[in-house]
Parts: sequence; C-alpha cells; structure tokens
Amino acid sequence: MNAIDWITQVLEVVVAVAAAPAFLGWLNQCRAWLQNRRAPSLWLPYRNLHKLFHKEALIAESASPLFRIAPYVVFGTMVVAAGIIPSMSTRLPLVGSADAIALVGLFAAARMFMTLAAMDVGTAFGTLGARREMMVGFLAEPALLMVIFVASQISSSTALPVITDHLASGHLGLSPGLAFSAVAFILVLLAENARIPVDNPATHLELTMIHEAMLLEYSARHLALMEWAAQLKLFNYVCIGFALFLPWGVARAHIGPIGLAVAIPALAMKLAVAGAALALIETVSAKMRVMRIPEFLATAFLFAVLGLLVHVLLKA
Amino acid sequence: MTHLPLYQQLLDSCAALLLLLSFAMLSQRRVVALVNLYAVQGAVLAATTLLLAWRTGQDHLYVSAALTLALKVMLLPWLLHRLIRRLQVHRDTEPLLNVSGTMLVGLVIVVFAFSLAQPITRLASTATRSAIGIALAVVLLAFLMMITRRKAVSQVMGFLSMENGVLFGAMSASYGMPMIVELGMALDVLVAVLVLGVFFFQIRERFDSLDLHHLESLKEHQ
Repeated sequence: MNAIDWITQVLEVVVAVAAAPAFLGWLNQCRAWLQNRRAPSLWLPYRNLHKLFHKEALIAESASPLFRIAPYVVFGTMVVAAGIIPSMSTRLPLVGSADAIALVGLFAAARMFMTLAAMDVGTAFGTLGARREMMVGFLAEPALLMVIFVASQISSSTALPVITDHLASGHLGLSPGLAFSAVAFILVLLAENARIPVDNPATHLELTMIHEAMLLEYSARHLALMEWAAQLKLFNYVCIGFALFLPWGVARAHIGPIGLAVAIPALAMKLAVAGAALALIETVSAKMRVMRIPEFLATAFLFAVLGLLVHVLLKA
Repeated sequence: MTHLPLYQQLLDSCAALLLLLSFAMLSQRRVVALVNLYAVQGAVLAATTLLLAWRTGQDHLYVSAALTLALKVMLLPWLLHRLIRRLQVHRDTEPLLNVSGTMLVGLVIVVFAFSLAQPITRLASTATRSAIGIALAVVLLAFLMMITRRKAVSQVMGFLSMENGVLFGAMSASYGMPMIVELGMALDVLVAVLVLGVFFFQIRERFDSLDLHHLESLKEHQ
C-alpha cells in the first residue's frame, strides 16, 4: 500500500466518472455514422447533464423520500463499483473489500433502488418499466455470475484484480470456455444496459421501453444523476469485459508507475474499439419483442453455463 | 496453468464448437437454417478428423475426413435442400417445449453426459479423451431434438446430427472405427436420407402435412 496505489485508485474512479458520458457520446457517434446520419457531438452527454443540473427539480406530490434519495444511491453504487473494477491497474487498495460477486450484488442493489423509485410515484409507465427491469435482471444476473465463475475457475479467485492479473500473465491460448463466456457477457451487457436488441435507448414514450420508462418521473438534477449513473454502468460493464477477456495493457503488480502511463492510452484505445463494436452490434440487430427477452437471456445463460462445463471437462 | 500443445487446444475448440452447433440446431426453427447448421457441423467434424489424422498419422482417418466432407458437407445438404424446396416446408411448427425450456433441458443433458463420460475418459488413452463427454452430449442433444420436434424433416436432421455425434465419439475414444464400419455407416446415412425422402412425399400425400403427429392415430377419421 503506497501512495502510487492510492493515486491510481482515485484516478481510476475519477476517470470512470468523467469519461462515462464521453463513452456514450462516442457510441452514439459511431452509431450515427453507421446509419448514415450526421453524428451528434462527442460532448453532447456532458451538455445534457450540465443543462439538467441547472434546472429546477420537480417532484410528484405522492413521492416518498425514497424517490428523492434513489438517484444518489444509484449514482453512489456505480461510483463504488468503478472503484473495484481494475480498469487501469491491478494494484488497488480498495479491491480487498469486495470481490466480483459483491460487484454483482452492488449492481443488484442499484437495480432494486431504481425499480422501487420507479414504482414509488404510482404511475403506470413507471411500474411497467420496473417490472420489465426486474424481468431482465433476474435472468441476467445468474448469467453474469456464471461468466465470472468461468474466469474464477481459471484463476482460482473471485477477486477481479487477481483474475485480471492471472489472465494477463498466463499463456492461455485458445480457451473455448472463456470464449463462450465472452459471448454470454456481451449478451448480458446489451440486456443490462438497455441497448438495442433488448431496449431502445433512443425512444421515449413507447410501450416497449424499459429503462426510460423508469425515469419518466424524474427531472433536473435527479434525472441527471440517473442518466449519469446509467452511463457509468455501461462504462463499468465494458471495463469488467476488459478485465475478464482483454486484460492486456493493464498495469500489473511488478510493473509499477510506468505501467500506468501505458495503461491509460491502452484503456482509451480499448474503449474506442469497444464503443465502435457495440455501435455495430446495435446497428445490425433489431429490437426484440419484450416476450422474446427471456429467450435472449436464456441463450446468454446457456453460453455461460456451457463455458463453465466445457472448461471443467476439457481441463481434466 | 497447464500448457496444452496447440493441436490439443485446436481439438478442444473444435469439440466445443460441435457442442455449440448442437445447441444452435436445437434452438433453430427454420428448416433451411437447420440444414445449413448440419453442413457446418459436418465441416467442423471433417476438420477435427483431419487434425487428428495429421497428428496421429493414422491414414484411414484421412479417408474418413474426406468421406465426411463429401457426404455431410456437400451431398446430404444438397439433397436435403432440394427435398425442402420440393416439399415446401420452411418452418417447423411450435415444438412441444418452448425454446428456453428446451435449452435448459439441454443443459441438464450436457451435465448428465459429462458425468457419464467421466469413467470412460479415465480408461481411454487417446489425446482427445476429454472430448468423449462432448460426443455423448451431442448424441443426447440430437435425441432431444428428435423428441421435441413434430415435422418429419426436423426429426431426420436430429437423426443425422446424432450420427455426427457417434462418429465424433468413436474418434475421440479410439481414433475412429474400422474402415469397413465407417463406410457402412456412411452408406446407411445416405440410404436413410434417400428412403426418408420418399417417405416424406408419401406422408404428405396421405395427410397433406409433414406433421408426424398424424401418424399417432390408427384410424384416419376419429
């Protein structure tokens, strides 16, 4: 535990919070280019947040205190999650406090507060969105856990930095188990972050929406925090993906401060590629009917469990 | 971390791919896509055989690979595509179990097959012995596909996929079967498809549908 480690830890959280809107902006830009539209500015999400923070907050009369505190809780959870994901370095002082399973629990806590707040005001749309969110959540969570279990089987640890450290160091070669779980992870990422085959992030007031339906009652700074938290969640998920499947470039224990100088450009490069890839997936696929979502997530679960089974079988 | 040699990693990946293709066939409703998946499965099987032949230096495996390639990647899919075009079946009816349910049953079957293969794996001494469980799973998944489908064409696809599993199992347990058995099996499959093709036309002429559900009753009018 030296000063460098703590600086890295703080830097990681700050970068995650600051870069999350830019990542969404980049994703939207790529999507617009792929669809032959004029791309919005990369800074649009920041301007949006700025605008929302300067508006007057209106809250429904029937809202309870839960409705007020939910945005802060959700945002706080995502910031904590950003602290325990090794996006730049595997030597983080805070990660000892929570492993990957606790990370999944953190996401679940955020989801719970979000859905409770959505149901709190008692509008039809909020309740509808909350129920759908829970339907996606209860199917996506086991799949995510299975994905993490494959990686922890390989590195015999559930702590994300240890997994990343092990995967980055080992000459792993072709691992069918890890490849299957990577596919499962991409499906879970799309479902959890309300991306296109499951939910359309670009529409409001449509009967098919999930995530947006929960935010309809929020305004001003509360809405800004909720949106920022959603961007941070996407950023966190992408970073978990890097930690599990693309751990190259992360500063590892024996590399020291110089590693950090390599890690930051590496992270930026990986984020740029991941944003473009996500935009491509969203462009080539069409939104599913809501009743098809369990099938989609069952496929994710199937991939993850198959990955685990194949890994266990072929290792023997 | 154990360092497996490259060919071992490739063989393992091929085995995993075969299992994945079995699941893809299980979830596929469109008959044309089913035939294409079958062709891909055949191609992966041929590639595995070729890899194994090169690795072990067993000459008869080259013949087996060529046979798989010619029969399962080219001839049979072509025959089946022609059959589907002429019978005008494109989509299976809703199966007995919905897709997610079938997948979960499939997962249980895979666990069962893997645990069943464990003692066999310990006895075998081939490089591919860990893939015996996968071969068994492919066979059982093909069974499941035949059970949950109603249309005759999909059931035949299940039968053919099962034969792929058997061949893969023989290969991973003992580097393939004697040439004469393999040739016999290839001929069997070919004849089966030809005969079943004739059957399809007969069934359709009789019942105006390829739904095998009609064959379950003894009388025509109930």
